[in-house]
Amino acid sequence: MSAPGFDVERIRKDFPVLGRELPGGRSLVYLDSGNSSQKPTQVVETMRDHLTWHYGNVGRALHVLGSESTEAYEAARDKIAGFVKAPSRDEIVFTKNASEALNLVAYAFGNPVGEDERFRMGPGDEIVISEMEHHSNIVPWQLLAQRTGATLRWFPVTDEGRLDIEGLDELVNERTKIVSITHQSNVLGTVNSVSPILARAREVGALMMLDASQSVPHQPVDVTELGVDFVAFTGHKMVGPSGIGVLWGRRELLDAMPPFLGGGEMIEAVWMDHSTYAPVPHKFEAGTPPIVEAIGLGAAADYLTAIGMDQIKAHEKALVAYALEALPEVPGLRIIGPRTPIARGGTISFTLEGIHPHDVGQILDDVYGIAVRVGHHCARPLHLRFGIPATTRASFYLYNTTAEIDALVRGLHHVQKVFG
Amino acid sequence: MIGESMYQELILEHYKHPQGRGLRDPYDAEVHHVNPTCGDEVTLRVKVADGGKVLDVSYDGQGCSISQAAASVLHELATGSTVEESLSVVEEFTRLMQGRGQVEPDEDVLGDAVAFAGVAKFPARVKCALLAWMAYKDALMRSQG
Repeated sequence: MSAPGFDVERIRKDFPVLGRELPGGRSLVYLDSGNSSQKPTQVVETMRDHLTWHYGNVGRALHVLGSESTEAYEAARDKIAGFVKAPSRDEIVFTKNASEALNLVAYAFGNPVGEDERFRMGPGDEIVISEMEHHSNIVPWQLLAQRTGATLRWFPVTDEGRLDIEGLDELVNERTKIVSITHQSNVLGTVNSVSPILARAREVGALMMLDASQSVPHQPVDVTELGVDFVAFTGHKMVGPSGIGVLWGRRELLDAMPPFLGGGEMIEAVWMDHSTYAPVPHKFEAGTPPIVEAIGLGAAADYLTAIGMDQIKAHEKALVAYALEALPEVPGLRIIGPRTPIARGGTISFTLEGIHPHDVGQILDDVYGIAVRVGHHCARPLHLRFGIPATTRASFYLYNTTAEIDALVRGLHHVQKVFG
Repeated sequence: MIGESMYQELILEHYKHPQGRGLRDPYDAEVHHVNPTCGDEVTLRVKVADGGKVLDVSYDGQGCSISQAAASVLHELATGSTVEESLSVVEEFTRLMQGRGQVEPDEDVLGDAVAFAGVAKFPARVKCALLAWMAYKDALMRSQG
């Protein structure tokens, strides 16, 4: 059912943990990649090799190890630029995670260090997000609104779990300075259509940012084609290590923005009373960066590219279509989010009537070795919108199989038996 | 089958048929406690007689089976006992829950609450079991002024 040439069993061999036996003889069924993905041997070995044989600080050490480290770190930037089709490698800023990338952009606004008109913000200005955001695309903007007196507004979400853009023209207006929404919801799986919102943002002269943490790992993302101004994503959800994230931004905007963190390597020259800054991307990379993590992320991009992002997308689409058929067989199961495999990714959140998600997750884990996420998935406002405190979430990736979805369905039937 | 040992029959019984659920008058103190990591919440009231006898522990809330069953067991154990007695049960229960599965529970003190011993091995769930019990302790302190 997957794309020709896509061999999930061969892929699974690259992730030894998937063959691990858990205490009590359970085999692992990992359905929590939306939370964090597993890592293939290729990524682990690249990091180990670098740490063992080539490690030195980057950008400043003149010796062999320093050069090799700098070369590998900057090569990782090239790989990421290629992976998301950035027009220039200098537009790839390494951060700690997607949250830092979002905060970096938020701190550029209303910042007295910056002088660019597009980033001025004060009372009367508006910031637009959506009700389906992860907390990392909500809280930085709340803080920005508090700092500047600007107003935070948001797109509502429909009952089906789609972005409600009916009020687009009123919501995004001449007062809007930035629109920041998720490309793919970490709860609903919904893939948002960017173009109508971007068109309106352009009409009113607002900037637009995408939280692509859940899309870049799962589908081909071309930042040029998207046409937005900023894209944030993270390494650990795309078979890379934790501790490394990425901000892509248009060169001329990154140039116009004030620095975020001050420190080593982000400067050009420093006097006691002032400094000048390094050109982008280094202007935004203060201090020793996560060197080996960046190199690991480069290896992750190579790994995904070798398999093919189109293939991965097709595989996940097949999985989610299968799951959307199979899950409603479970009595009392309600899917929160689109119930058709159209414009949605491989993330399915659901409730079981009368059974708390923590009980669901515990039984799935302890009896069947099935790892899902339970709770509000860092998207509390979205859960409030649907009037539920929490959901159970299964999220799929390139290494998952329909047999694992069958196991999930069996597990949920058992949960019903225990608590029913 | 680790998990099902946590979900003792007695816990599931209390979860499906909670004892003393619902907020009642009269009461001396009411508290509202939440577990921010999972959204479980409980509102709890206590009514204490002049002699220190706990006349009623009433509660309402939402959450997982562990948190709801723990509230039900608490109601049974505390109602009709004295403040002092019930606090010693709370203390023993807390010791058991925070013992990472290493503590041998005192069944004479704990009664039905001993069924929660398995929960102590699951650090993520200990707060669920303690939610209503901490709320009770808090309510007692407030009722004593």
